[in-house]
Amino acid sequence: MVNAISTSGLTKNFGSTRALDGLDLSVKAGEVHGFLGPNGSGKTTTIRVLLGLLRADSGDVELLGKDPWRDAVELHRRLAYVPGDVSLWPNLTGGEVIDLFGRLRGDFNRPRRDELLERFQLDPTKKTGSYSKGNRQKVALVAGLASDAEMLILDEPTSGLDPLMEAVFQDCIREVKAQGRTVLLSSHILAEVEALCDRLSIIRLGRTVETGTLDELRHLTRTSITAETAHPAQGLADLEGIHDLEIDGAHVRFEVDTDHLEPAVRRLAEFGVRSLVSHPPSLEELFLRHYGDELAQEPERVDRERDTTPLPRR
Amino acid sequence: MTSLTGTVALSRFILRRDRVRILIWMVSLVTLAALTTVGIEGLFPTQAALDQTAAATAHNAAMIAFNGAPQGLNTVGGQVAFQFGAMGMVLVALMSIFMLGRLTRGEEEAGRLEVVRSLPVGLHANTLAATLTVAAMNLIVGGLTAAVLIAQGLPAAGSVTFGVSLILVGLFFGGVALLVAQVTESTRVVYGAAGAVLGTAYLLRAIGDIGDGTVSWLSPIGVAQKARPFADERWWPLLLLVAVTVLLVVAATALAVRRDLGAGLVAARPGPPSAAPWLGHPLGLAFRLQRGSLLGWGAGVLVIGIAYGWIGPTIDTFIGQNKAIADMFSAGGGSLTDSYFAASFRLMALIATGFAIGSAMRVRNEETSMRADLVLATPVSRWRFAASHLALACAGSVALLAVAGLATGLTYGLAGGGMHDVPRLFVAALVYAPAMWIMVGLVIALDGLVPRLVGVTWAILVACVLEGFLGAVLGLPRWLSDLSPFERVPQLPAASLTLLPLVVMSAVAAGLTLIGLIGLRRRDIARI
Repeated sequence: MVNAISTSGLTKNFGSTRALDGLDLSVKAGEVHGFLGPNGSGKTTTIRVLLGLLRADSGDVELLGKDPWRDAVELHRRLAYVPGDVSLWPNLTGGEVIDLFGRLRGDFNRPRRDELLERFQLDPTKKTGSYSKGNRQKVALVAGLASDAEMLILDEPTSGLDPLMEAVFQDCIREVKAQGRTVLLSSHILAEVEALCDRLSIIRLGRTVETGTLDELRHLTRTSITAETAHPAQGLADLEGIHDLEIDGAHVRFEVDTDHLEPAVRRLAEFGVRSLVSHPPSLEELFLRHYGDELAQEPERVDRERDTTPLPRR
Repeated sequence: MTSLTGTVALSRFILRRDRVRILIWMVSLVTLAALTTVGIEGLFPTQAALDQTAAATAHNAAMIAFNGAPQGLNTVGGQVAFQFGAMGMVLVALMSIFMLGRLTRGEEEAGRLEVVRSLPVGLHANTLAATLTVAAMNLIVGGLTAAVLIAQGLPAAGSVTFGVSLILVGLFFGGVALLVAQVTESTRVVYGAAGAVLGTAYLLRAIGDIGDGTVSWLSPIGVAQKARPFADERWWPLLLLVAVTVLLVVAATALAVRRDLGAGLVAARPGPPSAAPWLGHPLGLAFRLQRGSLLGWGAGVLVIGIAYGWIGPTIDTFIGQNKAIADMFSAGGGSLTDSYFAASFRLMALIATGFAIGSAMRVRNEETSMRADLVLATPVSRWRFAASHLALACAGSVALLAVAGLATGLTYGLAGGGMHDVPRLFVAALVYAPAMWIMVGLVIALDGLVPRLVGVTWAILVACVLEGFLGAVLGLPRWLSDLSPFERVPQLPAASLTLLPLVVMSAVAAGLTLIGLIGLRRRDIARI
């Protein structure tokens, strides 16, 4: 299959900090690709290089077969971008901003725009200055999703959305995927990535550390279980894949490798489950588990661009 | 007084955060006062020279309109108060407006005050800390100015009166800024509205001083000048300023307790659910974003033009009474009225350049606020993005000059000067366009090459204003004066129209713009 995005050995320095350190990324045409990494790992820098806003110091980048720096305008006809931190003109209304972006891109589709406004329950008559973070994000999402762009580049697009809107977003991305369009989705919400992505890449310190399909990376995930049982649970520690077990009377807490979830739940059931909460670990937990040792040994690194940059002065 | 808890800590924080800004304001104002004094002493070395200029100035309506009523002009102190007074008061007023607007509404609009107010900090603590800081700045500027004048050997009573009038005008406009900051949600609007009050104060004084002086009592600048530094000082007009300032602060405090954090008293209304047809390309966006600012500056220039046009016909009658002086002034070329209009248009052009710079600076502001990312991620090139803001800055400059020329010309005609001068005055205003474009070019050249320094353009504008109005008094060397593009503009209608400098300046502006655009295309789009 053709690569929609391919980078190899991408580096980018900001002064003395190295934001990208030989990043490799390949996204196939028509797939939804998850792009994961801790804060300051270089996700946003990568995306800004892909958008032609930053010029890489070295390495190769190709987006839809073109050079994102040189062919920016041409490429931008074919992609839509949604940032995580959406900054808009406070005295324009949400509706005005969405229309503006539609027309700038040149594929303004009014019926779809109205349908998306409805689905995301966004009031287009409000000035964007009075919107919450989530509503500003909806403006960028509606503008991006209303386009016919063959590629969507989404940088933590749902960090401000409520669960209802998260579900709407996931539906929209599934539709996009069904149309055969390519999506690069940077996210901290593992459940979202699991639900949507065909493949994913995990980066750290500006370098790709894992890339593959979800199944290939499944070994990374553990589920944490909190339960209340009628009788104190016993024998869990003997099971394979159980970690960090804590039993306090009727309360049990542990983490289990997702492959070994079933035996653990079955064992719990023997003690009469009264309540059960299970959730996948957060990305940070995952990283801490896998890279915590390495992180501790490394000299303290200054977080990159997003975190080192002060707020705009005005 | 729990509503004031945290004031001391916040004051220290302001001093830490804005220490450079605070120092620059104070040092430059006091230095300017000192240089003016030294310059005037050099300009009028003998009492005879002072007497001569005092006699001439008493009949020069143009100078009176720009500087104030002639009082004590046969003394060095009186000349300092005349040449530097109105300008100095406008500068301290701007200092108060910009500092207070930024420290109160600016912090609130940026959302930073929300974080501060979530700490054990009182309702009025930030406002009080900001007010104390700005009040201290005014006290220091006024106090040091008085000290400098005394050190130069001027009479103590006059020096102190002059210093105190600077302080009180600064505080008055601080009060205005505080009050306006309660009413609107936008810092830009605070600057605009307080600036409009300042402009009105300057014009009312001009109109009053040209007449019998009654109207000047409506202007804080006029009232401050009624204290007559170096000309039989009287203190009571200053008490009037104190009283009104106290009222302003009380009103601002009363409004502050009646509103929510982040909100103004004027609530934001819902807007259009979809964009107008013209809001679909970068130029349309630039226009939509700057429409309000263009209208505000346009209204300001319109009012100034009307005021100067209205004063126009009195210039000749003033001078008509004294044939010898009229001959002396016309010797320099053109009539006194023409020299007056030339000076008026230069002032209006310098003011309108504020719009041009602010407008060109949008390119940078859009980038630091990360809104440029969104626009540049669509098929809009960097050149088109920047050029649309620059086009608006350049076209807006011409529009403002046109308004200035027409308003001045038509009012002059209606007030008795005759309509046949309208085209002449219109052209006299428009010739300033290339000088304004150079400032636009400077902004974008800095933005493209050293984006961090883009704000330096404001300092360059201030230098041009000072050169234009105090250049002779400060005794600036010719080569330095000639660096100001406004100095190169043919001084119509007093001088004749020469196209060469206008063509050269347009070419310089185009060159600077090209350099800036090339730089912008080659560098990273970044937030700092």
